[in-house]
Amino acid sequence: MVLMQGNEAIARGALDAGVRFFAGYPITPSTEIVEIMSVELPKVGGKFLQMEDEIASLAAVIGASLTGLKAMTATSGPGFSLMQENLGYAYMTEVPCLVVNVMRGGPSTGLPTHPSQGDVMQARWGTHGDHPAIVLAPSSVLDCYVLTVRAINLAERFRMPVILLPDEVVAHMREDVTLPDKVDVVDREAPHVPPEWYYAYDDSTTDVAPLAPFGTGFRFHVTGLTHDRAGFATTVPAEIDRAVRNLKRKMDRFRLEIIQVERVHLADAEVVVAAYGICARSAEAAVLQARAQGYRAGFVNMKTIWPFCFKLVERVAESAKAIIVPEMNLGQLVREFDRAVCGRTQVVPISRVDGEAITPRQILDVIAELARPGGKD
Amino acid sequence: MEKPRELNPSELMHEYLRQKKKFPHIWCSGCGIGTTMGAVIRAIAECEVDRDRVVMVSGIGCSSRMPTYVDFNTLHTTHGRPIAFATGIKLARPELEVIVITGDGDVAAIGGNHLIHACRRNINLTVVCINNSIYGMTGGQASPTTPQGKIASTARYGDFERAFDLCDLTAGAGAAFVARGAVYYARQLKKLVMQAFRKKGFAFVEVVSQCPVYYGRFNKFKSPVEMLYWQRDNTVNVKAAAKTKPEDLEGKLLTGVLADHDYPEFTELYDKLIADLAAGEK
Repeated sequence: MVLMQGNEAIARGALDAGVRFFAGYPITPSTEIVEIMSVELPKVGGKFLQMEDEIASLAAVIGASLTGLKAMTATSGPGFSLMQENLGYAYMTEVPCLVVNVMRGGPSTGLPTHPSQGDVMQARWGTHGDHPAIVLAPSSVLDCYVLTVRAINLAERFRMPVILLPDEVVAHMREDVTLPDKVDVVDREAPHVPPEWYYAYDDSTTDVAPLAPFGTGFRFHVTGLTHDRAGFATTVPAEIDRAVRNLKRKMDRFRLEIIQVERVHLADAEVVVAAYGICARSAEAAVLQARAQGYRAGFVNMKTIWPFCFKLVERVAESAKAIIVPEMNLGQLVREFDRAVCGRTQVVPISRVDGEAITPRQILDVIAELARPGGKD
Repeated sequence: MEKPRELNPSELMHEYLRQKKKFPHIWCSGCGIGTTMGAVIRAIAECEVDRDRVVMVSGIGCSSRMPTYVDFNTLHTTHGRPIAFATGIKLARPELEVIVITGDGDVAAIGGNHLIHACRRNINLTVVCINNSIYGMTGGQASPTTPQGKIASTARYGDFERAFDLCDLTAGAGAAFVARGAVYYARQLKKLVMQAFRKKGFAFVEVVSQCPVYYGRFNKFKSPVEMLYWQRDNTVNVKAAAKTKPEDLEGKLLTGVLADHDYPEFTELYDKLIADLAAGEK
């Protein structure tokens, strides 16, 4: 068992998952990741670059990934905003990479050293155009490690950028953790055909087309323009339609595999608290205290926030009297709950935007109010 | 052993173009980008680099469409960012030869920050900037290299701003190699690109080019040929300039190699760091 910080666990997880390229720009509260990677990567033969800004950082990461290296960057709100341009490029060109966004208070420079969960919608829809998104939210230091490995594996498997979205509390908190001795590592699929038959975007026979590294004899074209299966820009309506829909197709097909949620006491729960990040820790404490006091409370920790766990919420809506959604924002993911529930049960947001984490007490009070016989319906 | 037959210039171009896939190209008649593409291809061919190891990276704009047409590993990136993408590629795999094709709007306006930092970082890249003094693809707006007083679609009353001298800018930012060529001098241009390509370090080549459709029409050039003559009449080779009276150089652009220094190269320093760490020396 070791005492470890969230950001440290992210860096450790990335190295263990095989990340060998990091380009970044310092920004609170994610800077520890950049610093650790600058020290550790050359020790394992990997490469580190401090770029002139976050736009360049993600650009360098995408370039490195195209040569076959597992690559990542880490940032916080203002830097994440700058990265949206090249994040869209990575979605469009289907280049695997990991972007860690440690959430601090916003908008703008906001609260550099205080937590927030204000980037949930930006992580889903921050860049222009229709695109899929995989966003994971750790709620502990161990999660920081495990979900970083998972994020890199998902990126390589599905050939797309994946976003890890810790909040400042999780990233800066220190906990005792026992890291797994060994982790499963996924490597991207290499082409099975000779270069003259290779199409970098041909998903007619597979859900995820293999990606050939630059410099290995597959001289193909990559562009952010809407492209055909060979990667060349197209304005043919049928090819455009295919290109846009196929980005989403792999997400739809593998949704259940991507979504990971932890459920506690859901079977007989009258009131369910659904949370992510540090709020999930407060929610868990609150639910256990509520149980001890005789309330039938349950708990969902959404480790994958995008794609959203619609099916689970629909099922919970059938049995629970209320779903409480605590968030350190003015209510972002709670809108998805409203959409999934469609009025079948009560959705109760708890919102906190004063730069402090939501406490178990805050959540417990709401559970007690909702679960009490004769409490508001 | 029989020596392989020398390709004639036209065969050589066909050899390196994705001629079956992507032609006709998008460039207008009289544009200087095609001539530059020819010079770049001949330069790479003469350097005898295995084309599997060549990566051509570009940003957004007319010039940045070049990677579509050439048979290398090609990457058409976001506006202004090609040098940043290329930096990642080069550091990840230093054995690749990375060449960036960009334009004045791409590299000096939206990408200006990446340009100056790449000069300072000295990573082994070749950047060829095709400078036509205007935004061609979007319809002739003023760019950072539009000369003061000249007309653009967003400067109908004449551009108030002074133009960047891209060679002064990159030399000032510490580029290891800086050169200027012009479309009019296509053979010299090929040689300059070859020198840049062989340079170990960050190499920048500005190509004075012509956009007859926008810059030319707005600024009363009667034909593309007249624009090429302008290039001839307004450039002086840096060697000749040394023997020319300063008053005769007024308003002229210097061509040739304008800066050439040997600085430690980034990927070599990095590989040495990895080796030292592995040997327990740090």
